[in-house]
Amino acid sequence: MPDQPLLDVRDLRVSFRTRQGSVTVVDGLSLSVAPGDILGVVGESGSGKSVSMLAVLRLLTNPNVTVSGQVLFRGRDLLSLPDKEMRAIRGREIAMVFQDPMTALTPVYTVGWQIAEQIRAHEPVSRKEANARAVRLLSDVGIPDAASRVNAYPHEFSGGMRQRAVIAMALSCDPSLLIADEPTTALDVTVQAQILDLMRELNTRGSAVVLITHDMGVISQIADRVLVMYGGRAAEEGPRRAVFHGPRHPYTWGLLDSVPRVGGPRLRRLPTIAGMPVAPGSLPEGCAFAPRCRLRHARCEELPVLSAGNADAAHRDACWLPPDQRAALRLTTRTADSEVAS
Amino acid sequence: MLSFALKRFGSALLVMFAISVLVFLIFFATPGVDPAARIAGRNADPATLAQVRHSFGLDRPMPVRYLLMMRHLLVDRDLESFVNRGSRVIPQIVQATPVTLSLVIGAALIWMVAGIVMGTAAATLRGKAADPLIMLVGVVGVSLPAYWLGEVVNLITQKQLHSSVFSWVPPPGYVGLGQDPGQWALHMLFPWLTLALLYAGIYARLLRGEVVTALGEDYVRTARAKGLSERRILIRHALRCSLIPIVSLFGLDFGALVGGAALLTEVVFGLPGIGKLTFDALQNLDLPVIMGTVLYAAFFVVLANALVDILYARLDPRARHA
Repeated sequence: MPDQPLLDVRDLRVSFRTRQGSVTVVDGLSLSVAPGDILGVVGESGSGKSVSMLAVLRLLTNPNVTVSGQVLFRGRDLLSLPDKEMRAIRGREIAMVFQDPMTALTPVYTVGWQIAEQIRAHEPVSRKEANARAVRLLSDVGIPDAASRVNAYPHEFSGGMRQRAVIAMALSCDPSLLIADEPTTALDVTVQAQILDLMRELNTRGSAVVLITHDMGVISQIADRVLVMYGGRAAEEGPRRAVFHGPRHPYTWGLLDSVPRVGGPRLRRLPTIAGMPVAPGSLPEGCAFAPRCRLRHARCEELPVLSAGNADAAHRDACWLPPDQRAALRLTTRTADSEVAS
Repeated sequence: MLSFALKRFGSALLVMFAISVLVFLIFFATPGVDPAARIAGRNADPATLAQVRHSFGLDRPMPVRYLLMMRHLLVDRDLESFVNRGSRVIPQIVQATPVTLSLVIGAALIWMVAGIVMGTAAATLRGKAADPLIMLVGVVGVSLPAYWLGEVVNLITQKQLHSSVFSWVPPPGYVGLGQDPGQWALHMLFPWLTLALLYAGIYARLLRGEVVTALGEDYVRTARAKGLSERRILIRHALRCSLIPIVSLFGLDFGALVGGAALLTEVVFGLPGIGKLTFDALQNLDLPVIMGTVLYAAFFVVLANALVDILYARLDPRARHA
């Protein structure tokens, strides 16, 4: 059933009520994840990637938050589900792994207890059986000597081990979708690679993954599809190959150009995207990236819609530049940038 | 565990020694105060004074006097009050202890339950009208002094409404638990409530803050993402972690109250407990009794602290290896 997506988010809007008025953090985001797919969501801090995923699982408990739109999971709208049914989906159908493994576990219970707690919340198994499964899960995610480490407290684990434990917990009920919110950001590079391997392995077992990150390198290693977010909106979306080899949106160009290349030409200075990220409170009417864009023109006052160019229907972007001139325009800006830098 | 207990015991002894020396010095080395004159009464002639000095050992060097007093107090246990001749210190303390323990343990149970319920309720009702209301009740409780609240309670239950609503309330005083458990509870009921009201508010406030903080922690978000019920998240995760600082406060309060800090409540309700004993001894500058009760209080404070440390390690695994 490749035509029915597992997760289909339509026109998701999240806004916070603040003293300065209502602030829209996610503005009309749509995305879909097919069963078994890995979707990489990239964007800088404040682009709305984490908040949108928290909204999907209805984990935004702050009373000042308003969420609208549709979040269809296997055809059911999660946003209108009764609390009890939502709880049955959380942890069982959709699991989530968070950024900071140091604080993600309750400090007063053993790691195994916390894994078993999740299993027992969803399945009628005995304490003993849940515990045995926790041991298996921990050894699956690469914790050595899992049978005794299952009784360790979170503070007795290193950061990488804690993240593994959190992932083991997320996997405990074989979820069909795993949302990982920057799971490697707080970890050092070697551990990062191991965690990514773990995600990949999990994916081969059949779970779809949404991987939120601001690291283009991570995305290029693992994602099937890529969603680039800016200012709470989708800037570009498409298969990984298409986005990395033929990026269309000027913001994606900036992201890709600012990744240092080992074999590439020696640059005096790493290219950066000029200007500051847009603050959620002051989103422009038109294209959110326009204030920082070198190719801004009159039409950018209008809000661009996500649309496919002429070639590939699966590769879409939200930009007013003529689709057939993008490659040439990208080269021009790049030369201009390097002249400014030197 | 054994070395921990031994260390604790050692430090308790040290603290008690230091306190006893301090009390002794305050009593005997305060300039302008002559204990003999106190014992002999007003306008005693020099001959009587000399005799008193000799019979109470006040003419011997200070360290010897200290050691003698400690020996009588702790080894021979026949140290007598200076004021009430013939009444011994240790039996007095032994008699007063169950009264104070009855009062404090009962009140502590009430205020812990009330504090936890109120604090947790206020935290979960944050932003609704009930939250400030519960906290207001807490502030009122904290602000009422025991001597005032106790007197008002007495006034209402013993006088104003005694003929109608509160005819079942016995007159102030103490009945031993072994003598008549029903009467014991009846006599203790209002003292318990009075003392508990003073503490429940503080505990509710503190706990509310802790629970509110905990509910914003990452691990609560994880618990929610696991699909747990809100009730389980609140009790097993947020509240469980919030109880850790409450326990240490409880240990200190409990130790101090058993040590005599429940004095005002005891006096108001006519309970012959440790607080009352200390109070009377202080009024008469009755050194042997003061010495006995102060050492007793120090013992309980140190004991309570040790218990808190053990309990703390049970509650917070991070404290275990530190």
